[in-house]
Amino acid sequence: MSERQEVRKTYKLLINGAFPRSESGRSYEVTSKKGTFLANVAQGSRKDVRDAVVAARSAQAKWWAQSAYNRGQVIYRLAEMAESRRDELAEHVALAEGRSAKDAQTRVSRSIDRIVWYAGWTDKIAQVLGSSNPVAGPFFNFSVPVPSGVVGVVAAQDSSLEGFVNAVFAPIAVGNTVVVIASELRPTPSILLGEMTATADFPAGVLNIVTGYTGEIAPTLAAHEDVDGLDLGGVANGFADELATSAAASIKRVLRAHEYDATSLRGLRAFVETSTVWHTIGQ
Amino acid sequence: MSTAPLRLVTSDERSVQLPSRTRLPVVESEAQLRALLASLSGVDAVGAEARAAKLATRSLKKSTKLAALDLAISMVDLTTLEGADTPGRITSLCVKAIRPDPRDANVPSVAAVCVYPDLVAHARSVLGSSRVKVAAVATAFPSGRAMLNVKLLDVREAVAAGADEIDMVIDRGAFLSGRVGQVLDEILAVKEVCGSTHLKVILETGELMTYDNVRRASWIAMLGGADFIKTSTGKVTVSSTLPAALVMLEAVRDFAETTGQLVGVKVAGGIRSAKDALRYLVVVNETVGAAWLTPDRFRFGASSLLNDLLMQRLKQRRGAYVRPDEFSGD
Repeated sequence: MSERQEVRKTYKLLINGAFPRSESGRSYEVTSKKGTFLANVAQGSRKDVRDAVVAARSAQAKWWAQSAYNRGQVIYRLAEMAESRRDELAEHVALAEGRSAKDAQTRVSRSIDRIVWYAGWTDKIAQVLGSSNPVAGPFFNFSVPVPSGVVGVVAAQDSSLEGFVNAVFAPIAVGNTVVVIASELRPTPSILLGEMTATADFPAGVLNIVTGYTGEIAPTLAAHEDVDGLDLGGVANGFADELATSAAASIKRVLRAHEYDATSLRGLRAFVETSTVWHTIGQ
Repeated sequence: MSTAPLRLVTSDERSVQLPSRTRLPVVESEAQLRALLASLSGVDAVGAEARAAKLATRSLKKSTKLAALDLAISMVDLTTLEGADTPGRITSLCVKAIRPDPRDANVPSVAAVCVYPDLVAHARSVLGSSRVKVAAVATAFPSGRAMLNVKLLDVREAVAAGADEIDMVIDRGAFLSGRVGQVLDEILAVKEVCGSTHLKVILETGELMTYDNVRRASWIAMLGGADFIKTSTGKVTVSSTLPAALVMLEAVRDFAETTGQLVGVKVAGGIRSAKDALRYLVVVNETVGAAWLTPDRFRFGASSLLNDLLMQRLKQRRGAYVRPDEFSGD
């Protein structure tokens, strides 16, 4: 009997609900923390970022038009999918971050719990961030949180799954769509999670993942005028200044690493605008 | 408007060798037309598609791309052919045609606006003395299913209203059932009504089934006196494709080499991105040569394409990708 041929996996991008190779045809090698070969990963280019932004833009209106309750269900379903593949996630977290199996399992649990937490917030955020304002006249005056639109995220470099989950699902929960540049050296856990969105009823384009060299593609994302918000959590200070400066040309909201606190509402609050509407008080 | 020939390649450039004396084929009967069409060599469909796909991969470097984007803008026939067209919509279309990017006077005007005949007079009055031409679709566009005298009246009225160019459709039903003489006669009749008004003949390649038919229909249109042959109406499922345009350009090349007459090509329908437009320009340059890289011999019939061309133009200058809503919609 012949030996079975090994089935190796190609790690690809996630753009508009599909898993393409990089438009440039390039890939790069990712190793475990210990330095052994882990995977060949697509090395995204500027044009992949552009395509991802187009996908995110066209998905945003649809995602926001879904009821908040429904968005919560979709995000919760991702937690269900992740739960059933938690061992695979934990294995990748352990290899990528060089952690013990038990530690990795704990981190996966925290990540999944965090997704559930965000799922719960979708239809509650308006009650917390919104308000009914007193005005002098026969009107209701409401302030309601609305999404910024398309949010670009440079995900945390070290925390391959937890950091990714915190940075990505907060803006998605409040109705944004996201283009995320995954951790350059440890992208595989986030790619796995991206694959799970395909079976969690995420509309195409809500989450787009580009893997590759952060230094090469982050400037394109930061300067892209059709991106409304930028999370620079995964970028070191000097480079982050540079990116924030180029983001300023198109007046994006920019979230810096030191402003980040995943256990508060800060992540959910980071990429919302306030829309204030007047409405006559009927008889 | 930039009409200087643009070089998209530096080597292996093909161009038309014009004959020393013209030999317009004699076509005085349907039998002669059939014989002429039968003498055309068949199209290698796989080869045409492979060649179009190969040319589509050619990369254009920055300065060439910038020049090509401006050239493509100057070749656009800015089109609106909707039942819901209003004079107000035509007004904004015409304003945009004259000055596609209001912030930048270096952006060339488009070649023409393309409207239904009843809106020609209004478009004419808005365009005034600008160089933008008015093209009208006539002859019972898009199906072409009407009596000949109705079609001719359609053309006559459009010309009288001030149209500079007429886009007619061929009778695909007659062509597909083999009545090629009828197709030619109709084009000749429309040409006569047009007089000096430019005539574009729409083949509707998506309905012609084979590339051989595209080549034959191209010849019929050119024999009928078309100033331009045009791929599609944009109203059927399969619109302009790169291989179909390639076949038409080859027909134009062969016609020029036989008769000495240079016929233009207009591609229309489904061309939405600047990238697609530049691919067509590469195919034009590689098939008939740089002499066709002018709005007088090559056009894009499109609406949303213009915004993408403007966006890419701005992107090349600013260095950052641009918001789509920087430019007016239609």
